[in-house]
Amino acid sequence: MPAVGREHLEKLAGYPFVVVSWVDPNGFPMSVATDFTVDSGLGVVTLRAPAGDEAAIPVDRQIDVLGSHIRPTPGQGYDERRYLQLWGSASAGPDGSMTFTPTRAWGWDEGEIPFFEYSERSVPQSRRYLAQLSKEKGRTIRPRLSLGWLFLRTTRLPFLSATAVPVLLGIAVAARGGAFNPWLALVTVVGAALAHLAINVSNDIFDTLSGADEANVNPTPFSGGSRVLLYDLLTLRQLIALAAALFGGAVAIGLVLVWATRSATLLGIGLAGIALGLAYTAPPLKLVYRGLGEIAVAIGFGPIMLLGSYVVQTGSLSWEAVVASVPVAILVALILYVNEIPDRVGDAAAGKRTLPVRLAPRVVTGIYLAFAVLAFAVVVGGVATGLLPVATLLALLAAPLVVRVYRGLTQFYSQPYALMPVMATNIKIHAYVGVLLLAGYGVAILARLLA
Amino acid sequence: MAWLPQPVERLLDEALVGELTVIGPGGRPITHPLIPLYDGERILMHSSTLFSRKLEHIKRDPHVSVSLTDPVAMRGLTDRATIKGIARIIEDDPHSQWERLILDLWRKKEPVIDAFLKMRVALPLFFERAVIEITPQECLYWADGDTSRAPAVTSASRDGAA
Repeated sequence: MPAVGREHLEKLAGYPFVVVSWVDPNGFPMSVATDFTVDSGLGVVTLRAPAGDEAAIPVDRQIDVLGSHIRPTPGQGYDERRYLQLWGSASAGPDGSMTFTPTRAWGWDEGEIPFFEYSERSVPQSRRYLAQLSKEKGRTIRPRLSLGWLFLRTTRLPFLSATAVPVLLGIAVAARGGAFNPWLALVTVVGAALAHLAINVSNDIFDTLSGADEANVNPTPFSGGSRVLLYDLLTLRQLIALAAALFGGAVAIGLVLVWATRSATLLGIGLAGIALGLAYTAPPLKLVYRGLGEIAVAIGFGPIMLLGSYVVQTGSLSWEAVVASVPVAILVALILYVNEIPDRVGDAAAGKRTLPVRLAPRVVTGIYLAFAVLAFAVVVGGVATGLLPVATLLALLAAPLVVRVYRGLTQFYSQPYALMPVMATNIKIHAYVGVLLLAGYGVAILARLLA
Repeated sequence: MAWLPQPVERLLDEALVGELTVIGPGGRPITHPLIPLYDGERILMHSSTLFSRKLEHIKRDPHVSVSLTDPVAMRGLTDRATIKGIARIIEDDPHSQWERLILDLWRKKEPVIDAFLKMRVALPLFFERAVIEITPQECLYWADGDTSRAPAVTSASRDGAA
């Protein structure tokens, strides 16, 4: 029975030529390209014997046979990257040819393992190499990023839109009722942003320590965490210090706002927000590990953020603010929900039982569609009941994007990298609806001022 | 001092992919497709720390060879060559040393690298790199890539290099 699987030899047969390598008598590797044929049934490769003593394939030692197709596309990089390498020994074959009997095969085909996944699977090798290099050099050698990029990556700064939308909307709802203090608004935005970044960083700490990030070999710009600990860009101590500083800033600003407004309601909302943010990944609750992440995110980045900023301006709660927070809450939860789809294999391995881990793909996409429609229905219902201004119907302009995301999810459910534009569009729905709701409130505020 | 035959230097200048063969554990040859760069004297290759096993092999045994075999990777040139050499790993600062040493040569051959470098934040470990500096010792050259004919052999000691 051949030592190397038939599938490897059949793959090798697809290459136009092979490069045969061995170690020459002077201790140098020697390589030569040659033509070949494959008999996958017998498990052997017939090599055309190159001419000349220097290029004569030896029969007394291990040889390496490589089929490589890494097509350079000038100006764009490379595509169709694949190679297959076989080890074994050669013997004299018929008609002056050589018979190669492989005993081991390995390789890479980006059609089967995308480059990003291939890179991610190699992270432990990078860590081992740099640890050994540090030992050899007698100093710590770690990967680096410039401070700005490192901060952006560590805090996942671009996701601040999830905070900006509810906070600004809460301020707008209050302004429509005639309450608007620009200084308090500014401080609220900064405090909420710090709280969001602090939660991002602390979530990363817990996800890395739990093994969820390491188990995930398909991270994308929208999912899989910042990976700064995994890549050794920062130490655990540095990350904890950053989280503490951000939490400290958020709490300080929160206390200033409570002092300025003398509102016990705001204190309650702030404490609930921080508790929810920590409980998201931190033990003992670990809400996201129990399939409760979407609800936690919906509450945190919907009612808590929106009502918090509303209370800062008005000192009280209102049904209008509650209703305005619902579509924002649903859509932000759907960001997490969709972003969990490519993470589901790694999450499952780490015991992170998110909804996409628990549910079948058809159920996951069906729930997506139902809740996305519900988000827009709430806007219509809010207007119909007179709680939301008519101009907030502008938000419906973003509704067609839901269809695009739904189609993308059903088509690319199991292709993490093909899902990236789908995830990007899903994030845009939340941002666009937020901006359009704000525009609607802008129109309503203007109408009130002009009345 | 440059001693490689002119057609081989041309292959090195054009090749976007070559095969670096190193000696792995147990004395087995292992081949890695990589982009070769050439400064007129030495062949310069490089490796991300992600795929750094080849670097570990070279540190254990610096004997290597570089083959230029694929016309598709050499803008249609059909000649073939194998250059045996001694490799040295340059890895004092994997974050930026390679940029100083090879980025200009890499950019000249593959300008798209600048676009990839702008995405360094997305793939930080991919751009932590070591340089493999290869001093050629012997060169085998096959005109028209025909390996059914014996190669023309030149070497550093015989053809003028120190």
